[in-house]
Amino acid sequence: MQEKKVSLTKSDRLHVAWRSTFIQGSWNYERMQNGGWCYSMIPAINKLYKKKEDRIAAYQRHLEFFNTHPYVASPVIGVTLALEEERANGAPVDDVAIQGVKVGMMGPLAGVGDPVFWYTVRPIVGALGASLALSGNILGPILFFVIWNIIRWGFMWYTQEFGYRAGSKITEDLSGGLLQSVTRVASMMGMFVIAALIERWVTIKFTPVVSRIKQQAGAYIDWDKLPKGAKGIQSALQQQASGLSLSKIKVTTLQDNLDSLIPGLVPLLLTFLCMWLLKKKVSPIVIIIGIFVVGVVGHVVGLL
Amino acid sequence: MSAISMILVVIVAFFAGMEGILDEFQFHQPLVSCTLIGLVTGHLTLGIMLGGSLQMIALGWANIGAAVAPDIALAATASAIILVQGGQGTHGLGSAIAFAIPLAVAGLFLTMIVRTITVAIVHFMDAAAAQGNSRKIDFWQMVCICLQGLRIAIPAALLLIIPASSVRDLLNAMPSWLSDGMTIGGGMVVAVGYAMVINMMASREVWPFFAIGFVVAAISDLTLIAIGAVGLSLALMYLQLDKGGSGNSGNGGNGNTGDPLGDILDDY
Repeated sequence: MQEKKVSLTKSDRLHVAWRSTFIQGSWNYERMQNGGWCYSMIPAINKLYKKKEDRIAAYQRHLEFFNTHPYVASPVIGVTLALEEERANGAPVDDVAIQGVKVGMMGPLAGVGDPVFWYTVRPIVGALGASLALSGNILGPILFFVIWNIIRWGFMWYTQEFGYRAGSKITEDLSGGLLQSVTRVASMMGMFVIAALIERWVTIKFTPVVSRIKQQAGAYIDWDKLPKGAKGIQSALQQQASGLSLSKIKVTTLQDNLDSLIPGLVPLLLTFLCMWLLKKKVSPIVIIIGIFVVGVVGHVVGLL
Repeated sequence: MSAISMILVVIVAFFAGMEGILDEFQFHQPLVSCTLIGLVTGHLTLGIMLGGSLQMIALGWANIGAAVAPDIALAATASAIILVQGGQGTHGLGSAIAFAIPLAVAGLFLTMIVRTITVAIVHFMDAAAAQGNSRKIDFWQMVCICLQGLRIAIPAALLLIIPASSVRDLLNAMPSWLSDGMTIGGGMVVAVGYAMVINMMASREVWPFFAIGFVVAAISDLTLIAIGAVGLSLALMYLQLDKGGSGNSGNGGNGNTGDPLGDILDDY
């Protein structure tokens, strides 16, 4: 048996990794990612099995139900490649073992992939790109696209290789504390950054004027007494820098009062309201439409 | 809009549709798709700005289990087309964002249709597998991906056929109180995405991190990268202390723990 041992080369494994980019392509309500999974495994199956009936059996066992986060499918693919390779070389690896590894890994791994990628990395990288893009800076989209794809491809390739090398041993390790630690760090960092984003990017400005105070002479820039031309501009800027106000009347809006209390308090309350509504099973779409209605009505009555 | 621009817009929409299901390269995220539509129509800056605004709104949108998030792919491409066709420049951003929301809902419906069609296609794959024909499985996989692409490309093409003048009339007919109000709503609606993220991650353990993050954000000198670094460091410190407290001196906690992968490899 030793003389005709088949093994997967690095290029075979790269081929599989590239195909796994399309794992969700045939996502369906019946068996979810099964089509994409089989599609990813095809180069390996064709390499390992030469007999037609072996191939047919392999295609069919990889069209079984499968569903996890698309990126963390990679370590599962790696392990499955290792198992298929052993099987092709005559080791007693049966269908149940392979199916067992796939199903056993997909659940816990999806529990890692969702919070780490969708709820930590994407909001952070997305917010970074979006904050640049808001002012029309092309670096925003480019940074987002490049950083994301480096992280994604690096993760997919290395975890697939890791799974392939670790083989079936990986299952014991994955259920251990390691994955839990990764998820914990991700959710702690995610919460930290999300809180910062709420403060920075949720904008609500209450416009009602609380008070108009006529200021004393000397507290504002007296535009009539400025010298003419460039000198005047210079002097005005200097006066402003030294803390004089621009107009005679000091206007305090409701927003100014709230900001001096806690900046970002209202956005925070709004977020809590949304969380509460979501927990009450109100559809996010309904909430979004509701907020737009509030925005328009609030603007019309002069509150926002 | 020239014929070449139109074809390129449809191609961008096709990629956005594919990515809407694949979720790999992120062509469907507004930051990318709006920018590309802006690029091929000659309104690059406008596209980037719309992309940034929509991205902020959609930060927390992700399909998890049974929870279905609005479909950002259709929302981003269609509102970018409307913005460009409307010709109002940056003034049209508010109303373009407002159009995006109902489109995101309509997109959900289209996704459901395609995912149901795919059930039938998977049975064709079964048949191909029984014949041992791997090329046929590949073919059907490609068909599915293309269907997802068409899901966005067809609505985009339809929007392009509507003459620019009628889009403009429609937008001009929108009174300013409505579009200003929509802009204000757009500033607040961001909270929904954040709320979705928090509901997913919140536990008693992580709330203090939330509080610190909120307070630290008020220091406007800190960039987002700095805030991220502070957050990551705090999380790692917490984990390290937690491990030490429970008695087993944590292995793997000391190297480059920031990299989950390095972590896994260190353990081996």
